[in-house]
Amino acid sequence: MTVYSFDGTLDGLLTAVFDAFDRHEQPEQLLTTGDALPLFCEQLHEVMTDEVKARRVWTGLEKRLSREALRLISVSGFSELPELFNPLFNYVCKTFRLPPDGKSIERNFADPDVLAVTNIARKVLYEQLRMKQFIRFQKAKDGTYFAVVSPDYNVLPLIIEHFRDRFNDQPWLIYDAKRHYGYYYEGADKPIRVTFEDETTVPFNLADGKLSDDVLSSDDHLMQELWRTYFKAICIRERMNPRKQLKDMPRRYWKYMTEKQGV
Amino acid sequence: MLTENTMERLRILTESAKYDVSCSSSGTVRSGKKGMVGNTVGGLGICHSFADDGRCISLLKVMLTNSCMYDCAYCVNRRSNDIPRATLSVTELVDITMEFYRRNYIEGLFLSSGVVRNPDYTMERLVAIVRKLRTEHRFNGYIHLKSIPGASQELLSQAGLYADRMSVNIEIPKEESLKLLAPEKDHQSVFQPMKLIQQGVLENKEDRRRFHHAPRFVPAGQSTQMIVGATKDTDRDILTMSSMLYGQPTMRRVYYSGYVSVNTYDSRLPVLKQPPLVRENRLYQADWLLRFYQFKVEEIVNDQFPDLDLDIDPKLSWALRHPEAFPVDVNTADYEMLLRVPGLGVKSAMLIVNSRRYGKLSSYDLKKIGVVMKKAKYFITCHELASPLPGTILGVNELRPERLRALLVSPQERKLAEKEQQLTLDFGV
Ligand code: SF4
Repeated sequence: MTVYSFDGTLDGLLTAVFDAFDRHEQPEQLLTTGDALPLFCEQLHEVMTDEVKARRVWTGLEKRLSREALRLISVSGFSELPELFNPLFNYVCKTFRLPPDGKSIERNFADPDVLAVTNIARKVLYEQLRMKQFIRFQKAKDGTYFAVVSPDYNVLPLIIEHFRDRFNDQPWLIYDAKRHYGYYYEGADKPIRVTFEDETTVPFNLADGKLSDDVLSSDDHLMQELWRTYFKAICIRERMNPRKQLKDMPRRYWKYMTEKQGV
Repeated sequence: MLTENTMERLRILTESAKYDVSCSSSGTVRSGKKGMVGNTVGGLGICHSFADDGRCISLLKVMLTNSCMYDCAYCVNRRSNDIPRATLSVTELVDITMEFYRRNYIEGLFLSSGVVRNPDYTMERLVAIVRKLRTEHRFNGYIHLKSIPGASQELLSQAGLYADRMSVNIEIPKEESLKLLAPEKDHQSVFQPMKLIQQGVLENKEDRRRFHHAPRFVPAGQSTQMIVGATKDTDRDILTMSSMLYGQPTMRRVYYSGYVSVNTYDSRLPVLKQPPLVRENRLYQADWLLRFYQFKVEEIVNDQFPDLDLDIDPKLSWALRHPEAFPVDVNTADYEMLLRVPGLGVKSAMLIVNSRRYGKLSSYDLKKIGVVMKKAKYFITCHELASPLPGTILGVNELRPERLRALLVSPQERKLAEKEQQLTLDFGV
């Protein structure tokens, strides 16, 4: 059996597709570098990620798939899930194997590969929506708004445009505590990707997202208190429904949410 | 300036505003603009939090004041109630909205008010707040404004230039019941402002066709709400009213609010130990059938069935009354007919229509693409020969509707429904 191994990036996966067609073979399995080899591996090809090859494959896809399907494919890549690799690889290969006038398989949800990729993309889209819902900013003395998150998937790149558009006149930083990077927007131009050389020096607590008191603006406590007051008052006690609350706002998001934090 | 002192008033005015169930920030797509704060995302809007009662918190839902000169029996804020009264200043309201918005707590503001002095006096204050938000603070997020019954056309036209959505609540579907509970109101006082808002929107459309830059008027349209269970009005009364309203070009949403016994001392009202949540939920399901499933109101409720079945959802209820319409062949049926199959939603129906173009679907395929078969399997046929699943399923016609109904009622739902019926039995005695 033929096995390819690649570096786990979307470019790497597209390069693997390029290689498969170049070498006129269809690997049975795609592994990430370091995975244990299957028992009956007869031939192992190590894919060297190559941006040019990846780009050529992507351009080919652009001719064969709708914009929506392409979007779902790139979105699925942000899942960082290893179970994405084989279905996505097969999906792309199948797309290139279709005759030129063949109907794209992108909406054939009875195809297990298309279905798997689409479902993963949906999960990622759901997670980015949850970030748009649940991100909470605190205001610092210098006027910058800080938010810490730890999303299930790597969705910051998918949401920063929303926050730039919405809060285009205020500087902000959104930081992914799980993946140790964030985006900083200084009030004009494009948000930039930032990392901290020494994460222990950041002015916020990675566990609960709270800004340290010497950095927090003087009225932020009051705003947080007002918000918690509002959150309590809006509930109709005769209709208590904690189960629905948990379903729509799972507990794992609470640690960074102002209304769910005590003082 | 916001201070500690604002807190208690915000609490009181939120408690007073919370029975208005509308909260959605839907209906407008407006991207950010340079020099302004905010955007609106369209679609269903964004829920920023969920309260302990499970309801979505999208907008800051608050009243300007909870003092009111009227005495509507179903309302906490009626003048004869002895509750703490409070007012927020224009500046306070504007500041809270901006501060909350910039922290990503909310999508915008949903503002209403009790009526003080006279309708125009109150409406003027509401307009002042939204004007200040839009013009001074350059707020570009979502604004939902309740219109004060009896306010002048002049003020409504001003308000409409700043608000995304406006609403006037009908509250009670039958006029005689409304007059009984709210002697100062009648249907005219509700329909008049609705008509004015609609006129404004339609004229604005015309203007915008000619002058592209004419400001938009209430771009997200209107909504309204009816209270459920405060009067003897049937589901048929309620849904007939909804269907009539959806016939109006600017009506986007009708909300249903299970009556919470806030004024137990008033003998015109039933004493409910808990709000009729099951009935409220069935009404929302019926409302969906009206809006997205191409049902006519008479198909859901009529002379013979004036109230919705509390045990089962209204689509299943319709299907059991119309076994002759089934089984539906998923490989050939129109999209419209797929939508009528119990258990198939808009999403499943779309998946089926898309996937069947590549080949015939068996029940195995249906399950794989994510169709929930629990209910649907009794109402459909598919490409069974290709299916690796053994055994054929008896359909609604072989089983007969009564037996199928018994099979499909979930014990929990039945228990909830029973409890609710017992609690409402002592109505009006
Ligand atoms: S007019 Fe509105 S606020 Fe006043 S009592 Fe009636 S429903 Fe309540």
